Amino acid sequence: MNEKAMRSQRKWQTIIWVAIIITFTYLASDITNFNIIHGIATLPNAITWIFSNLTITPETLERLPKILEKLAETILMSIAATTTATIFSLFLGLMGSKTTGTSSVLGVFARFIASVARNIPVVAWALILLLSFGQNSMTGYLALFVGSLGFLTRAFIETIDEASHSAVEALRATGSTYFQIVFKAVIPQCLPQMISWILFMIETNIRSATLVGILTGTGIGYSFDLYYKTLNYNAVALVTFVIVISVIIIELMSNRIRKVIL
Amino acid sequence: MEATTTLAKRRANGRISIKSGNKVEQVMAGTIFVLTLLTILAFFFFNYAGLDISRAIPETAYNLKTMFLEPALSHFTWGEAVYQVGITLGLAFLATILGAVIAFFLALMAATNLSNLWVSKTVRIVVAFIRAVPTVLWVLIFAIAAGLGSEAAVLGMLFHSIAYLVKAFSEAFEEVDKGILEALTATGANWWHIITHAVLPSTFTYLLSWTFLRFEINFSVAVAMGAAAGAGGIGFELFMASGFYFDMREVGLITYIILLLAIVLEIMSTQLKKRYFPAKAVR
Repeated sequence: MNEKAMRSQRKWQTIIWVAIIITFTYLASDITNFNIIHGIATLPNAITWIFSNLTITPETLERLPKILEKLAETILMSIAATTTATIFSLFLGLMGSKTTGTSSVLGVFARFIASVARNIPVVAWALILLLSFGQNSMTGYLALFVGSLGFLTRAFIETIDEASHSAVEALRATGSTYFQIVFKAVIPQCLPQMISWILFMIETNIRSATLVGILTGTGIGYSFDLYYKTLNYNAVALVTFVIVISVIIIELMSNRIRKVIL
Repeated sequence: MEATTTLAKRRANGRISIKSGNKVEQVMAGTIFVLTLLTILAFFFFNYAGLDISRAIPETAYNLKTMFLEPALSHFTWGEAVYQVGITLGLAFLATILGAVIAFFLALMAATNLSNLWVSKTVRIVVAFIRAVPTVLWVLIFAIAAGLGSEAAVLGMLFHSIAYLVKAFSEAFEEVDKGILEALTATGANWWHIITHAVLPSTFTYLLSWTFLRFEINFSVAVAMGAAAGAGGIGFELFMASGFYFDMREVGLITYIILLLAIVLEIMSTQLKKRYFPAKAVR
């Protein structure tokens, strides 16, 4: 009896959840004018279009040096934004963590900065900064910097919190100063995890750099936007291909580094 | 490994080297060194055309002050703002829910313990390729290939959601206890029975939590797509307010709306995670 009752309750729960999801899906497609049948119907056409138009022709290869130059700019921008954000996040992380935090006011401050920086999308930062910084690498760099700062601070706070307290306690017992504890116990313990987060952030930033580039007119995003708007689809294909290759190479490299250090 | 083979490393002059750098330390130091070098290089290669720092910083500070201290709507009403937010949430929801359903089946094919080696490898390679193309490029490509409108936005976001969720789901499936699968196979259960009675019940909470995390990501992606690919919604209004009307007060209000929603979604997703996996680290 009991089991039967539980089973029927579970069944009802499932049915209610499915109904809620279907209602939401319906509402969502209504508000966005999305027609799922139309969506599925256009898919084959879209894929045929992609295969017939997005091909790399020998003529477009002549543009390769210029595209690679823009790609280098984007990659360097992402790395620079990540590493400089790391320095600030490290301090904010030390301030925000319970293990190393010195005062609760500073801790709340660090968490607040991290939350605001992370939850305002990179797009919004890019658009705000674009107004006064203009179309140059600095705008994209700063937009990525703010996003990375928010994400890395949160990641570092968690990493430091998770690290074992015994080393910190042992050093405290010997009468070490605060900075000795941080540099001899906390950082060495958290370093591998932190590097892993930094690498993850670089990967993410290269993807967002394309988006930021389209908005701010810098780097590989700008090249894509330019060719896209002049309907030069062969060049669009080349730019996409170059981005894919670089993202995959960077992912493989950071996976190898992670395998060794973690 | 190395530590066991060489008990004490000696230098050329016979002294025992106290700091025998092991491989981990070398790789970490190397990574930090290369990244620092590339950062310094980056600042030399940046294109500083038209940049006037002495003017840009106070101006940005002034803009930020206007944005955050005097937010107001001027080009559209509150009702419209709610409607636009609804569109953004709708795009994110559609891409997530359709993505989760498709990803579930693809992940079954990609999980090594439920599928054969070749199918799993093929799915993984395709998914890795899709993931490497930034979402905005998918949306823009679909905008020409499938025609403008919400279809392009949803399909573009869907591609990325599928790729992301297949990776997460298939990792969850691979962690299912081998014994359960064996026990069911021994009773003569077919593949579909194994999925519905063993794999799905034991991984359901994982799938739910990953799907919700993706919804959180898709919300900010939908904002971005509105701004960069003309997909509509609150992101497009943000783009118009900053790029066409130069109305900092409106930008401020839209930013507040986005921030509020993002924080609400984040709190919901952490609560969901705390409820289902209290011990797991939040990723």
